[in-house]
Amino acid sequence: MKKELIELQINGRSYELAIEPSKLLLDTLRQDLQLTGSKRGCDDSSCGACTVLEDGIPMLSCTMLAASCEGQEITTIEGVSEHGSLAAIQKAYGDWGGAQCGFCTPGFIMTVKHLLAENPEPTEDEIRNALSGNLCRCTGYSQMYQAIKAAIDAEQKGSAAVSAAR
Amino acid sequence: MTKDFSIIGKRIAMVDAAGKTSGAGKYTDDLSLPGMLVGKILHSPYPHARMKRIDTTRAEKLDGVVAVATGKDAPNTYGILPVGHDERALAVDKVRYVGDNVACVAALDEATADRALELIDVEYELLPAYFDPEKAMKAETDLIHDNKPHNIEKDYHHVFGDPEKGFAEADHVAEARFIANEVTHAAMEPHSTLAALEIDSQTGKPGRLTVWSSTQVPYYLQHKLSLVLEMPMSQIRVIKPLVGGGFGGKSEVIPLEIIAAIAARKTRAPVKITYTREEVFWAHRGRPRTIIDLKTGVKNDGRITAVKARVVQDGGAYCSYGVVTILYSGALLGALYDIPNIQYDGYRVLTNKPACGAMRGHGTVNVRFAFESQLDELAAKLEVDPAVIRRRNLLQPPCVTINGLRVQSYGLPECIDRVVERSGWKHRKGKLTRGRGLGIACSHYVSGAANSIIRSDMPHSTVNIKIDRDGGVVVYTGAAEIGQGSDTMTAQIAAEVLGCSLSRVKVVAADTDLTPIDIGSYSSRVTFMAGNATLRAAEEVKKQIALAAAKKMNCAVEELVFRDDGVFNSKSINVGAGVPPVQAPGGDERGRSSPHRSQDQASVSGRVEGQILRGSLQQQRNEEGPKDFMTFEEAVVAAIDFHGALAGTGSYAPPPEARGGKFKGAGVGPSPAYSYSAQVAEVTVDEDTGEVIVHKVWAAHDCGRALNPVSVEGQIIGSVWMGMGQALTEEMVWKDGLLMNPGLLEYRSPSSVESPEVEPIIVESIDPEGPFGAKECSEGSLAATIPAIANAIYDAVGIRLREAPFTPERVLAALRAKKNAKLLDLTEGIDPTAPERFREHGGALWFKGKGPERHASDPARRTEQA
Repeated sequence: MKKELIELQINGRSYELAIEPSKLLLDTLRQDLQLTGSKRGCDDSSCGACTVLEDGIPMLSCTMLAASCEGQEITTIEGVSEHGSLAAIQKAYGDWGGAQCGFCTPGFIMTVKHLLAENPEPTEDEIRNALSGNLCRCTGYSQMYQAIKAAIDAEQKGSAAVSAAR
Repeated sequence: MTKDFSIIGKRIAMVDAAGKTSGAGKYTDDLSLPGMLVGKILHSPYPHARMKRIDTTRAEKLDGVVAVATGKDAPNTYGILPVGHDERALAVDKVRYVGDNVACVAALDEATADRALELIDVEYELLPAYFDPEKAMKAETDLIHDNKPHNIEKDYHHVFGDPEKGFAEADHVAEARFIANEVTHAAMEPHSTLAALEIDSQTGKPGRLTVWSSTQVPYYLQHKLSLVLEMPMSQIRVIKPLVGGGFGGKSEVIPLEIIAAIAARKTRAPVKITYTREEVFWAHRGRPRTIIDLKTGVKNDGRITAVKARVVQDGGAYCSYGVVTILYSGALLGALYDIPNIQYDGYRVLTNKPACGAMRGHGTVNVRFAFESQLDELAAKLEVDPAVIRRRNLLQPPCVTINGLRVQSYGLPECIDRVVERSGWKHRKGKLTRGRGLGIACSHYVSGAANSIIRSDMPHSTVNIKIDRDGGVVVYTGAAEIGQGSDTMTAQIAAEVLGCSLSRVKVVAADTDLTPIDIGSYSSRVTFMAGNATLRAAEEVKKQIALAAAKKMNCAVEELVFRDDGVFNSKSINVGAGVPPVQAPGGDERGRSSPHRSQDQASVSGRVEGQILRGSLQQQRNEEGPKDFMTFEEAVVAAIDFHGALAGTGSYAPPPEARGGKFKGAGVGPSPAYSYSAQVAEVTVDEDTGEVIVHKVWAAHDCGRALNPVSVEGQIIGSVWMGMGQALTEEMVWKDGLLMNPGLLEYRSPSSVESPEVEPIIVESIDPEGPFGAKECSEGSLAATIPAIANAIYDAVGIRLREAPFTPERVLAALRAKKNAKLLDLTEGIDPTAPERFREHGGALWFKGKGPERHASDPARRTEQA
C-alpha cells in the first residue's frame, strides 16, 4: 500500500509522517515514533494496554487508524509526566503497588487521568467501573484503588499549597 | 520487629516503578535494531498429523521475504526437563497440536510475512487424535510420541505409612471425584524475542548470538539455545528486559525464543518475533485439566488418618514441566497438615493439545481444591467447625513429614486464627442470610525447589557486589525480575546489610554476559535463594569495609555498626536509640531517603566539590585523628585504599537436610522452607441465575518476614485474585483440539468490576534459614482461594461443587440436582457437538455449516422470524 503524508499532534508536538493509510495509531506510535509506552496486549481490543487520550477521551489506539487522528490532540503515557518528573498518579501507582509487571500500567494511567478529569472525587464503585475496560493480571486491582485515592489526596494538597502561596 | 531495620520491612516503591509508570521502561517488543526483520510463524491447523512434504519456494520468492526457516534448520530436540527433551522448535516429521510450529518467515514487515505464510505448501497425513486423557491412556497405536506407550508421559505410585490401616481406623471416610478445568497464565505481555547475530570484530565472521527475550529463566534459555543451535554457551548472550508478567508461562523455553534465533542465524539479520494473543494461548504451558479421585479418612475428633489420591493430568502434546507437575501434586499433599498415611497414584497423560506446564502454585492447586473441599465435607459430617478441624491436624515443627519434607517455620496456626478473627467467622458463619455464606481453606507452597531442574552441585543463585570510590553499590544478579519485585528485594537486602541508603544501590540483573548464574524466577525461589546469595555477598563486602574502617577508627571490627549511610563505633554512640551525629537519617514515612538529604551527603563526601577536593578533605580528616563515625563513602574509600578493590560474591545452595527422601520422584516437593496461607471467602449465590459473587476474601499468609509489605500484600492479593478467576470464570474450552476462547475477553480474566475486596494479612514466622527470615509470598495463597469459595458456596446454598470453575450452569445443575429436579437443558436443539459453554449462545458462528437452530426463547430467533 502506498504511503501518505499525515500530520499528528502528539503530547503537544506536531509530527509529519509518511505512513500507510491502513496503519493503526498504536503501530504508528510504537514503530514510527518510538513511543513504546503504549502496549499491545491483545488482538481484539479487550485489554486496554494501548489506551491513549484523544482530545482527552480514552481510546484504544489499536482500533484507530493513525490517519483518522489528524487534527486531534493525542496524549500518550509519555506525555503524562510533567516537566520531566512523575505526575501524582504515576508516583502513587509506584508507591502503592498499583504496578507490578507494569505492562498494563500506561493504559490504566491514561484511563485514570480521564476519570479524574471528569470526576475529581470518584467513589470506589465509580473507580471500579471506570477501570473495567482495562485488564491487569498481577494486582487484582485492589492496590490501584489505594493509588488513585493517594493521587487525589496529593493533587488536592498540591493545589491547596499553590493557592496558599498565592 | 521492623524497628531493628532501616530498610527491611519498610513500605517502599519498587526500584523500577518509575520506568513502568512513565512508559520509559523497555519490554522486549519495545526494542528494535537497525535492519531488524519481522518473524512470523506458520502453525499447524491439525491436532495430529504427519508432515509428508513442505515447500517454501513460493513464499521465498515473495518480494520482501528474506528467508523461510523450517525444522531442517535446527532439528535437535529440547525441553525444560532433562527427561523431557521431546520438542523441536519447528516440526520435522509430525505436528501434535493445533498451533504446533511448522515454519517461520522472516520479512521486511509484518504484512509481507503474513502473506508469505499463506504461500508455504505443507502436505499433511492426518492421524487419529486424542483429546481426553482417560481415552488417550487406552491408546495402543498412533501414539503421540512413539516412546510413550499408552500416551502416558509419566506415572508415579507412592505409598507412605499404611493407608489401608489408616482407612480401617477411620470413623468416617469421604470419597469423590473432583475436576479442575484447564487454565492459563494470560500474562499481559505477549511473549516476544529479539535475536541478533553479531559480527565478530576480530575475525569478521558472524560470531555471537544475542537474544533479548521475555523470559523468567535466562540461563535455561541460554542452555537450550546452545543445545539446539549447536553453539557454545559462551557464544550466546541472553538479556532479559522488563517482563510483563510470567506466572510460569515464561518459565521454560518457548518455541518462539529458539525460532527467532534460528531465523536470525539464517538471515544474518536481527529478527524479532512477538506472539499475537492467540499465539500466546497456543504456546500455553498453563495448569492442566486435572481429574482427582480423592479419599480421606478421619477420626471422630477430626484427626486425619489416611489420604488416597489418584490424579490424572491432561498434559497436552509435550512433556514441558509435566513430570514435575505430577510429582508436586502428590508431594504437596504433605507439609500442610499432619497426615500419617498417604497413597498417591499420579498419571501425566499426553493429548493432542498445547502443552501444559508450570503455572502459579505449580501442581498443588487442583489437588488442594479437592482436599480442602473434602475436609470441609467431613467437618460437616462430624459437625465440627471447619476452622477447628484444620487446627486439629496441624504439624508439630520442626519435623519431617511422612513423605520426607522438612518443615521448620510454620505460621499456619496463626494464619487460621487471624482470618477467623478478621472475618468474624465465629459469630457470622452459618448465620448469614439465605444465599450468602462463608468458607475457609488453607494452602502452602515451596520457597524454591531444594533440587534444581538439572541436578548438580552448582549453587542455585550467585550474586556479585561491586562498590567503587563514588560510593555506588552495584549488585549483579542473574535473578529475573518479572514484576514480582526481585530487583527491589535484592537492593533492599544489599542496602540493609551495608547500612547504606537504597538510592545508592543499582541492580544489574539477568544478563548472561554480566551477571552470575541464577537458575531463574520459578517455584517462588528468588527471595529465599537469590536473597540469601545477596545477603552473603553483602556480608563479604561489609567485612572488607569493616576491616579498613576499624583501622581508621582505631577500634575492633566487632564494635562497628553500619547504618544510615555511615559506619559507627557502637561503644561511643548509642546507635538506634537516637539520632546519630553528623547527619540525621532522612527519609519520608514510606522509607525512601529525601532528596535534600542526598544533597547534604554529596557536599560532605565531596561528590559536588570534585575528586581533588575529596583528597584534601580526607587528609584534613585524617589529621583529626581517630573518629567515632565515618560516612559510607569515607569507609568505602578507606576500604579500596586498603584492599585495592572492593567486591564480594555470595551464593546459595539448599542444605542437604532439606533435599528430601531417596525414593523415585523424591526430588520434587522438598524445599528449604514452606509458606502457609489460610483464607476465608464470603460469597453470595443467586439461586435463580446460578451466579456466584465473591464479596470479600480474608487472606492470611505466612511469608516468614515481609521484606517489603507493599509487595507482599500485592502478591497475596494477586494470588487470591487469580485463584478466584480459576474458581469462577476462567476455563480453556476445547473442541476437537481447537481452542474456542483464545482471547482475553472470551477466556474471561476478571476485570475490576468482578474482583472482590481482598484483605491481605501478613503473618511473620521468621524462618531460620530465610534472608532476614523471609519465605515466599507469591504462589502459596492461590490454592486456598478455590476451595474457600467452594466451601462458602456450600455454606450459602448447601451444594458441593466438584468441578471448577463454578459457572452459573454448574451451580444451577447442582441446585436442581439437590432438589431432585430435572436438569434444565437450555441447549435443546443446538449443535450437540458444540462445547457446553458455547451452546447457550447458539454456538452457530463458531462451527462452519454446523450452525444450530436458535433456541425457542432466544430473542435473536424472534427477531429473525419477525
